[in-house]
Amino acid sequence: MKRISWFNTVSLTLGFAFLYVPMLILVIYSFNQSKLVTVWAGFSTKWYGELMQNEAFLSAAWVTIKVAVISSSIATVLGTMAAYVLVRGGRFMGRTLFSGMIYAPLVMPEVITGLSLLLLFIGIGLDRGVMTIVLAHTTFSMCYVSVVVSSRLVTFDRSLEEAALDLGCSPSEAFRLVTLPIIAPAVISGWLLAFTLSLDDLVIASFTSGPAATTLPIKIYSAVRLGVSPEINALSTLMIAIVTIGVITASLVNKRQMVRQQREENEAGRN
Amino acid sequence: MMRRFTLIAVPYLWLLALFLVPFVIVFKISLSDVALARPPYTPHFDWATGIWAFLSELDFENFVFLTQDDLYWKAYLSSLKIAVISTLLTLLVGYPMAYAMARAPSEWRATLMMLVILPFWTSFLIRVYAWMGILSNEGFLNQFLLWTGVISEPLTILNTNTAVYIGIVYTYLPFMILPIYAALERLDESLIEAAEDLGCSRLSAFWLVTIPLSKTGIIAGCFLVFIPVLGEFVIPSLLGGSDTLMIGKVLWEEFFSNRDWPVASAVAVVLLLLLIIPIVLFQRNQQKQQEAEQ
Repeated sequence: MKRISWFNTVSLTLGFAFLYVPMLILVIYSFNQSKLVTVWAGFSTKWYGELMQNEAFLSAAWVTIKVAVISSSIATVLGTMAAYVLVRGGRFMGRTLFSGMIYAPLVMPEVITGLSLLLLFIGIGLDRGVMTIVLAHTTFSMCYVSVVVSSRLVTFDRSLEEAALDLGCSPSEAFRLVTLPIIAPAVISGWLLAFTLSLDDLVIASFTSGPAATTLPIKIYSAVRLGVSPEINALSTLMIAIVTIGVITASLVNKRQMVRQQREENEAGRN
Repeated sequence: MMRRFTLIAVPYLWLLALFLVPFVIVFKISLSDVALARPPYTPHFDWATGIWAFLSELDFENFVFLTQDDLYWKAYLSSLKIAVISTLLTLLVGYPMAYAMARAPSEWRATLMMLVILPFWTSFLIRVYAWMGILSNEGFLNQFLLWTGVISEPLTILNTNTAVYIGIVYTYLPFMILPIYAALERLDESLIEAAEDLGCSRLSAFWLVTIPLSKTGIIAGCFLVFIPVLGEFVIPSLLGGSDTLMIGKVLWEEFFSNRDWPVASAVAVVLLLLLIIPIVLFQRNQQKQQEAEQ
């Protein structure tokens, strides 16, 4: 086995320390008794208790989850359709514009996306609330979904679909029985990506939400502007914990699936 | 045939209605006058009066206003400066990490990769917020430096440009590491051995072989950091001071505090024009990379 050089060890150690120490400090100090966030005064979980009683945070969290579930689900359907069109659709009128509109939102500054959507909603007289945030989030996250799904569609063997069609499947059956199971992991990671992007978004939600609907990032931002607070530390810790568990579970499931797929392919090769 | 049409039409119409049309509206409002009514602008475009009437009435006073008030010039320039410097800093931190990951034993790589991606899934806002507690005057960094005796007076870091740079490097690091790592992982190590056999020192082999072969990764990483940083709002707003001028923040304030929609729209149009060049260059780089892979 190749040994890792000292230079590489140092850069990995320092790099990962840089990435993780700030979050670690945040997590540790969420269990601090004192209201002063930089002075340690003993272990306590009281900030979590206070968080659970904070109606404003709870209702914002509920709005955020609702928006994230709805927008990521619509975005997954639209994004998968768009990916299929891009990879399998062949030529059609306005294809360049279409692929441009898929890739542009990925690099568009959020302030511009938010401003333009707000001006649209006001222009057509749509009241700002949960619905407008869902529309906004669906629009940018469907582009991410389509990039994730199309990268899987590009690598996948088209002859499998053709075989299904030759064996008498209708196009929709071929999609349901052959294509969808194969691209399913990419569709699921696309959904997860859309879900987290929606949970995370502050700027676009600030532009497109109205007084009736406040999301958690908007709430956190307005609290944080006034300075560091232990309650926000507790909330951040909960969010970090959920994400960590989610990502680790997803990667374990993914790994198991890859091992199984490899085994099946090996067996198929032997037969 | 009908099915294919639906498949194309649904996402197409969605993007047209919620991505392209809004831009046309921004563009249109950037060319209208401020009004105190709600919505606070007088539309300058009316489909009924036709395109010619529109063209003859076009007025660029909002753009002229942007050139007259030096706040905007300074904000664009300072955003560009911050974006360039922080992209270089991110490259400086990210390249050695990507290099070490690509050189690590292959059974570690999946774990290292996950460790880089994990912060990306964690809330951006929370990661920026984490630095507020570290960089403040009574923060951990100052406490630590005072304790070790490196400094005798707390340093003011929070609410300065230094804090903005730290925040940008921290939050955008994964975007830099991943494409460089992807390029370095594909690199054939025998090329470096060949260079060393032919008399290159390790450093010149790195400079003459490794760097040029990871060029597409470096370019992709730099654009992935530079483009979003140029319009960044959260980092300058939470970590920067009142003298940190960034265009994303100016647009936000123009819109939410001054409620001057036409000027906010004009600011957005100019930012978009600034971004077109890097976006086109980025897409060309990606295309070249895809062609190289095939």
